Amino acid sequence: MAPLRQKLLILYLANSALDAQVVSWAQYDGTGATDPQPGDADEPPYQSGVDALRDGWRLLQMSPLAPHAAGAEFTTSYLKYEFVFEKLEESNG
Amino acid sequence: MAEPPILLTTRQMAEFAARGFLRFDGLVPDSINQRFLGEARENEIPVVAAGTPLDAAYAPGSTLRALVELPLVRGAIESLVGPGCRFDHHFLHLAHVPETFEKHGVRQSSQPIHQDSTIDPGPGFDAQLFYFPHEVTREMGGTRLLPGSHLRIVSEAAVSRYQNLRGQQHVVCPAGTLLAAHHGLWHAGGRNRSDRPRYMFKIRLNPTVLQQRLWNTADLGPDDAAQRPIFWLREPQDPDHLHSILCRPEPWYEQDTGRLEILNRIRFWRCLLGDPDFDADYWLSRIENRPGAGSD
Repeated sequence: MAPLRQKLLILYLANSALDAQVVSWAQYDGTGATDPQPGDADEPPYQSGVDALRDGWRLLQMSPLAPHAAGAEFTTSYLKYEFVFEKLEESNG
Repeated sequence: MAEPPILLTTRQMAEFAARGFLRFDGLVPDSINQRFLGEARENEIPVVAAGTPLDAAYAPGSTLRALVELPLVRGAIESLVGPGCRFDHHFLHLAHVPETFEKHGVRQSSQPIHQDSTIDPGPGFDAQLFYFPHEVTREMGGTRLLPGSHLRIVSEAAVSRYQNLRGQQHVVCPAGTLLAAHHGLWHAGGRNRSDRPRYMFKIRLNPTVLQQRLWNTADLGPDDAAQRPIFWLREPQDPDHLHSILCRPEPWYEQDTGRLEILNRIRFWRCLLGDPDFDADYWLSRIENRPGAGSD
């Protein structure tokens, strides 16, 4: 059996619910079969986080909801609703 | 003698405040494009000290002087950072063809999205001119940019993990296209898959005056300051209304943070207008309404 390698899918959603729409995404492929790059797709691989679950991705982590720091309630910064998924696949590399 | 500048209109300025950039396709004439490309290939682009007044940065008669003295370019510069602005730096971005990477055994990769310089909470801003001296096709990668990202307070490459975002744009354009951008606009260089090297030249400019009403404000009207019905409407709102421009969300905004972006745009517009009471579609009036606050 070929060794297993991790593939990662990171989805940023429109709110904290896993079935919310994807607004940003990233992929990393430990099998080496593909080489995802910044700017390589204008449409997301899934429409929501639940769609990724239904395609076999396992949820590893979701970002917590943090209270807004006093004085910085209106500051916008990094994307808030990050969901990290994995798949394990055989690698021929 | 240079022609007088053609300043931006209020609608253009509002679009800049909302989206962080303005795009002028094919603005620069081919004579300047060809001269610039010749100088770029021969490594003849001048070296200029940071902080030099823009008017002294490029020699009279030079290609880059001709570029920044084009009436629309000078007008955009003066509308954004005012007369007497300072040259910060310029840089020639060159995206090599795949063959170059293959020859050296190096992986050809796209640049991750980023914000230039470092954390800068504003509200003042620098202007960055992105100049595309030749036609850019999709195959050539182009500069990728994210409309509406300029007011996010982030730290340069910390946003690299966001490989793709809904609504990202790739600058595919005719020769002589120019983008005038807020320094905070997230952007990146795309991978060039064509057989021609891609050039992009960027100039960063600092203001030396208060950035207030520097554009052509002759088109500002009473409707721009008045409130209008919101949410419950009988017909769609005018998409060209100043408030519509300032309040239009981008596809990558989260539901809640997208509303904060609108608040921040309105605050930015207050600074540009010099009017601390301005509001668009009542967003700030609602949260600033505190009857009796400040009295005993």
